Amino acid sequence: MSSSRLETLSFCLQNVLADKLVTTSERLGELTISVRQADLLWTMETLRDHPELDFEMLIDLCGMDYSTYGAEFGSTSDRTNKRFAAIYHLLSIRHNHRLRIRIFADDDEFPVLDSVINIWPSVNWFEREAFDLYGIVFTGHPDLRRILTDYGFIGSPFRKDFPLSGNVEMRYDPDQQRVIYQPVSIEPRQIIPRVIREEHYGESE
Amino acid sequence: MAEIRNYTMNFGPQHPAAHGVLRLVLELDGEVVQRADPHIGLLHRATEKLAEYKTYIQSVPYMDRLDYVSMMCNEHAYVMAIEKLLQLEVPLRAQYIRVMFDEITRILNHLLWLGAHALDVGAMTVFLYAFRDREDLMDCYEAVSGARLHAAYYRPGGVYRDLPESMPQYKASKIHDEKSTRVLNENRRGSLLDFIEDFTNRFPTYVDEYETLLTDNRIWKQRLVGIGVVSPERAKALGFTGPMLRGSGVEWDLRKKQPYEVYDRIDFDIPVGVNGDCYDRYLVRIEEFRQSNRIIKQCVDWLRKNPGPVITDNHKVAPPARVEMKQNMEELIHHFKLFTEGFHVPPGETYAAIEHPKGEFGIYLVSDGANMPYRLKIRAPGFAHLAALDEMARGHMIADVVAIIGTQDIVFGEIDR
Repeated sequence: MSSSRLETLSFCLQNVLADKLVTTSERLGELTISVRQADLLWTMETLRDHPELDFEMLIDLCGMDYSTYGAEFGSTSDRTNKRFAAIYHLLSIRHNHRLRIRIFADDDEFPVLDSVINIWPSVNWFEREAFDLYGIVFTGHPDLRRILTDYGFIGSPFRKDFPLSGNVEMRYDPDQQRVIYQPVSIEPRQIIPRVIREEHYGESE
Repeated sequence: MAEIRNYTMNFGPQHPAAHGVLRLVLELDGEVVQRADPHIGLLHRATEKLAEYKTYIQSVPYMDRLDYVSMMCNEHAYVMAIEKLLQLEVPLRAQYIRVMFDEITRILNHLLWLGAHALDVGAMTVFLYAFRDREDLMDCYEAVSGARLHAAYYRPGGVYRDLPESMPQYKASKIHDEKSTRVLNENRRGSLLDFIEDFTNRFPTYVDEYETLLTDNRIWKQRLVGIGVVSPERAKALGFTGPMLRGSGVEWDLRKKQPYEVYDRIDFDIPVGVNGDCYDRYLVRIEEFRQSNRIIKQCVDWLRKNPGPVITDNHKVAPPARVEMKQNMEELIHHFKLFTEGFHVPPGETYAAIEHPKGEFGIYLVSDGANMPYRLKIRAPGFAHLAALDEMARGHMIADVVAIIGTQDIVFGEIDR
């Protein structure tokens, strides 16, 4: 999106949302705003219904666990110290605008957010997915079930403290003549370590 | 009088019309669907989580396996997201190659959709015809990347290598003697571009053939017209994109509205439906065949005239040439670093979306400056479409559910991720 149109949108958001707006940032031609958890429903409804914003489509909702963000490099992140967030990507077909909204859940132990299913029905499965993978609960969702993981799965697999190999593995047991779960037998291994280099690393003087 | 109750029926996951591993729990009143509850996740591989433990280049082949009938388009969104965060310039020739292969992929995808959709509805022939043409296009994939399906051809900074000067040839075997092999190799004598051009000249006739088989076919129309009608407002609210949205009459195509690569230099039209039923979505996709063909032609023309590099010369991101690597210390270090540690992407987040054959395919990439993504979210178009299956199927017969699954162009690789 061109910078002048981005500015118009950003200006409009500041007018409409006013003090509800917590942060606004513009990078790589994309606008990101964040609001408080309590203002979620009001903000989303305004974003959809205000004629100059008119975000009629919710493209994506993405769960997020910020617990180890930048951890390898002594944490220089400027984020709030909250752990879970939901990231909404909105699209306005009429104005050809995109917008990203990040909302942190106040409680790290039991993250709860309001469901926007009455504003955009398309969010239905996206919220189920975030619930399944991150354990974020969306109040007001009529059918909050696991979606991608197995029936009877335990845990929130995409949280950063959940091991990549999982906790249980499944095999057929000839004695009991059924499929059973048992603790994983794989050793966790990572061939390439995750590293964050200091600034200007590898640049010649 | 006996009590009449709704009963539930399990459709799939082992059902030929379930397009893979869809398990659908249907609540029926007689033969009329009251509620459709898709159970997905049977193909869940946690691609997004795996990507958090792989360097950026190592994840490229995982993208092929998302929507496994439009491989290169998935890669495209992924590399675009990385390039956006790195603020990397892609050589123009690479952009044209990408656009050309995106459109080849679109034809590949739509051919499979057409064949499978027709097969579900009961027309066998189209499937065989569609696979005849897919064969040629998969040969293009093979010529350029060595793999017929999972290409891993797009790389951050460009494409893996330039278009080859020769095509793979058929060899004489028990089935084909010397003479028939010569006939098969007729259009493979020149370069890949010659082969593709030959294909684009043949392809409009093929599309006419499909249309002869289906467009005015009475049974086809009886099965599709007025089935799964979605109004434009509803389509937007349900998060439809791509042909599903255009079938409902909303003129929205990222290639036109938010052009990426060189789509703004290319001449093509966006087909739009009127009624928003399965038949209109069929017509939209058929017209996309013709438009994609047009785009490929323009790309072939341009690529013939303009040789040049196909991948960035920034060796912090793209590997140096093999010869250079063997002779030059600096390049050897680059090569070693790139294939062990990988490159680092500056902290930040971005969302890159492309007009995938199925709709808007987006990659939301969050980096904290490491050599691996902090979070990769794949926005698959089919996920939103399948979520609307319940609404689309309600009040229709069981046989129509099959038509609706067909029209949604479901592929489980991308939905389950």
